[in-house]
Amino acid sequence: MASAGSRHLLGIKELSAEEIMFYLNSAGSFKDILKRDIKKVPALRGRTVVNLFLEPSTRTRTSFELAAKRLSTDVINFSAPSSSILKGESLLDTALTIEALGADIIIIRNSSSGTPHMLSRHLKAHLINAGDGTNEHPTQALLDAFTIKEKKGGFEGLKVSIVGDIIHSRVAKSNIYCLKKLGADIRLVGPATLLPEEFRELGVSTTSSMDEGLDGADVIMMLRLQLERQGKGFFPTTDEYFRQWGLSKKRLEAAKPDAIVMHPGPMNRGIEIASAVADGENSVILEQVTNGLAVRMAVMYHLDERKEQ
Amino acid sequence: MTKQLLDSKEIDRTLTRISHEITERNKGAEGLCLVGIQRGGVHLAERIALKIKNTEGADIPVGSLDISFYRDDIRIRQPSVVSRTDMPFDVEGKKVVIVDDVFFTGRSIRAAMDAIMDMGRPALVQLAVLVDRGHRELPIRADYAGKNIPTSRGERVEVLLEEDGHDDSVVLVPEEQVNENRKKPAGEEK
Repeated sequence: MASAGSRHLLGIKELSAEEIMFYLNSAGSFKDILKRDIKKVPALRGRTVVNLFLEPSTRTRTSFELAAKRLSTDVINFSAPSSSILKGESLLDTALTIEALGADIIIIRNSSSGTPHMLSRHLKAHLINAGDGTNEHPTQALLDAFTIKEKKGGFEGLKVSIVGDIIHSRVAKSNIYCLKKLGADIRLVGPATLLPEEFRELGVSTTSSMDEGLDGADVIMMLRLQLERQGKGFFPTTDEYFRQWGLSKKRLEAAKPDAIVMHPGPMNRGIEIASAVADGENSVILEQVTNGLAVRMAVMYHLDERKEQ
Repeated sequence: MTKQLLDSKEIDRTLTRISHEITERNKGAEGLCLVGIQRGGVHLAERIALKIKNTEGADIPVGSLDISFYRDDIRIRQPSVVSRTDMPFDVEGKKVVIVDDVFFTGRSIRAAMDAIMDMGRPALVQLAVLVDRGHRELPIRADYAGKNIPTSRGERVEVLLEEDGHDDSVVLVPEEQVNENRKKPAGEEK
């Protein structure tokens, strides 16, 4: 099964269901590497990967860095506080400089939506979007889909509830595009102020009632409440938020008994999710972290196969 | 037109001989394991394991190896899903026999050896192939070779097996036809 595909991974929106499945079908082989004594293969020996992170991030950057190292590439981290961006260099100049240093793959995170798309018009290196503003976070959606596939076998007709701060969430957006293309049935749950109406155009249903939103769910995806938005009138208090939209043991009973609970991290325990659920038997939160490595390895490996057009 | 090099009977006889040679050389089945290179080598490894079981009464573990991560032709390879490697045993201290269908440049075998070494330290590694078509590019030789078949570089040798829905046979595809149909089928070592 071959897939032509783009030389970059800019967003899930740009991918076909077939391309998504291509990554998911390969990721298991990369996960196997992580279980071995020698957790490294020479697949991308001699390639250079640059992490260009202009927004704070520890877990995503670490995940990409480790994934790149497991494939035997050389990795350089370029982050905002230490970069020349602070000295006034434009982002494009920074990216061109990194490419001139010999980068084969550039992983970019930036607070402006569309940054990777803009850079892709100027660079020969493969670009991977690691989060652009409130637009997309494609590798998170791929790792979530891979986790769901492992646990549930498939996507067709699967009931997925995405809960919380939808409006600010690129994770939610990428997941909606991804799971929709794969045939899942998606419900968005959260306070009306955080539930953008326009998402309904993507073919998902919305509700502000947790009990309704979780009823019979196979998969519950909790989102991080972006606390930095607190006090802007989106919701009253964090206590009130937990009472209404937090995932407690009791609330979880509305879902199917074998439902899986996911969270992209970092978690706010006691705000969007109770510790008993985060650490409970339905939780696959730590497996998501491991699967993130596998999926990012698969993405880098397969992008490297794609020649210049 | 393609030319048949081995028919079903000849393939079976050849595998029987290889099975005997493996147990003879290794003085029985003790500590033996077989590793088939995907996709062509896996079914052959399973057949050899069955033959050894019939003569020696011992169950030989069989692994299935995808060598994508260890190949040296990454710049020219075709994008394809990486198949899962399945090694249901520890190679540490084992006598590992790599099994492949067509022995050509030797590059796949080099990749397979590197992959196995990353999983542990076998006591020894040997190589069994159904067809040796020559044109080695590395200093690697087979310990057990079914048939030596002189070929030209542009030709292709295909091993077709029942397990993949064919009648068992080994065929030679002439150069003109290879060029006509550039899609690489299973069963050819590159």
